[in-house]
Amino acid sequence: MSVGIVGYGSYVPRRRIKLPDIARVWGADAESYERGLELHEKSVPARDEDTITMAVTAARRALKRAGIDPLTIGAVYVGSESHPYAVKPSGTVLAEALGATPAVHCADLEFACKAGSEGMFIAASLVKAGEVQHALAVGADTSQGAPGDALEYSAAAGAAAFIFGADKLVATLDAQCSFMTDTPDFWRREYMHYPRHAGRFTGEPAYFKHTLGAAKMLMEKSGTKPADFAFAVFHQPNGKFPMRAGKMLGFTTEQMQQGWLSPWLGNTYSGASPIGLTAILDIAKPGDRILMVSYGSGSGSDGFVWTVTPRIDEVRALAPHTRVLLDTNKIYVDYGTYAKLRGKIRMGE
Amino acid sequence: MSLNPARVAREFPSRYRLEAAKCAGCGHVAFPARLVCPACRGTKHTAVTLDPAGKVLTFTVIHVPPAEFKGQAPYVLAVVELADGVRVTCQVADVDPAAVKTGMPVSLEFRRIQEDGEAGVIAYGHKAVPA
Repeated sequence: MSVGIVGYGSYVPRRRIKLPDIARVWGADAESYERGLELHEKSVPARDEDTITMAVTAARRALKRAGIDPLTIGAVYVGSESHPYAVKPSGTVLAEALGATPAVHCADLEFACKAGSEGMFIAASLVKAGEVQHALAVGADTSQGAPGDALEYSAAAGAAAFIFGADKLVATLDAQCSFMTDTPDFWRREYMHYPRHAGRFTGEPAYFKHTLGAAKMLMEKSGTKPADFAFAVFHQPNGKFPMRAGKMLGFTTEQMQQGWLSPWLGNTYSGASPIGLTAILDIAKPGDRILMVSYGSGSGSDGFVWTVTPRIDEVRALAPHTRVLLDTNKIYVDYGTYAKLRGKIRMGE
Repeated sequence: MSLNPARVAREFPSRYRLEAAKCAGCGHVAFPARLVCPACRGTKHTAVTLDPAGKVLTFTVIHVPPAEFKGQAPYVLAVVELADGVRVTCQVADVDPAAVKTGMPVSLEFRRIQEDGEAGVIAYGHKAVPA
């Protein structure tokens, strides 16, 4: 039985802040960030946008493309490191808003930036096992970096949603795998507002080891090589890492360009490679093969091989395209407004 | 406590899913759903989900907000007419208040409406955003 994606959707907040506006406040050299990390601006959530609201809108767009009855969704997974409640799953609100309750299994997932792909892995597996007719997986985050920290230049907001099924597929799932070890490169302890990271240790032994490890494992498992793919998308904590990882594996800029959103979106954490995948599905042709590898600190990567089906041409216009959300209707904010929106200003009682 | 979780939960069908009641007798759409049709007093209804597309019928800009919306001012509060004639009162988000005009096309989007402090329940619902 073939399983795969029946519908997909994304969400990107309209607000943006430009990197030089952050660098100016902290006396940092904006050019070194723009050139060194290939980051130019990032999305900023408004006070009324959070992981749940973004998940709902992305999932509604996925439902439109799927054209299914929400009551056939038997599982809802929201992957995020910025769930609005510490205790009470984001998926409860999401499933209720979609009209998918009450016969639905629900869990919130957390694994730094790969929580979204974790949900995709589980959702696809449940459909494959015949446990549910359809399963929804969402990757969404409104992540924060500590003021002045390197992470503040990239931590952004966005969401992607995928409905999995065995019928009316827009992309088949041909192979999936995970590559995971205990690697303490980035973490946030209980009750802490901002995460901590291990500087350069987040690079070679963390991001690259797991991303390349999962990609190689996946290509071996599926009997594929880079030239077999029309597109590839990797986790994108900045603009530089995914392009470098892809080149190390033998992928070309052309294969990676469409899903490479971080220079203008920032790092959407659990949403990063999933939103990249939505941008690819927006333009992919039937028969195109797509390689996707996520990365979550801690650390692990999930890898997926997708093949696009002819149904993509019928559904892609049913909801906004990701690059349209990214490139239009932008509202630029200054650092003061950004600090206010992100709750970084200490208020009076 | 400013937000009663039980009351918040009772409003989920209309607040979360835009569920309305369509009168079987005269076709009037009541939002939120009602047991008796305000137009013909009929008591038979079918549940319908409102189309989120609409236009701004009239609006005002709030500069001095109630405590729950402190920090959001100035914000736009509008009466939005949806495609099937239903009118809802809601905020217009993601827009410069000076740019809002009557007749402006909008779409309802799922947003955080208010929260009961740092520890209380969060109330979600819909706001209009430029279409």
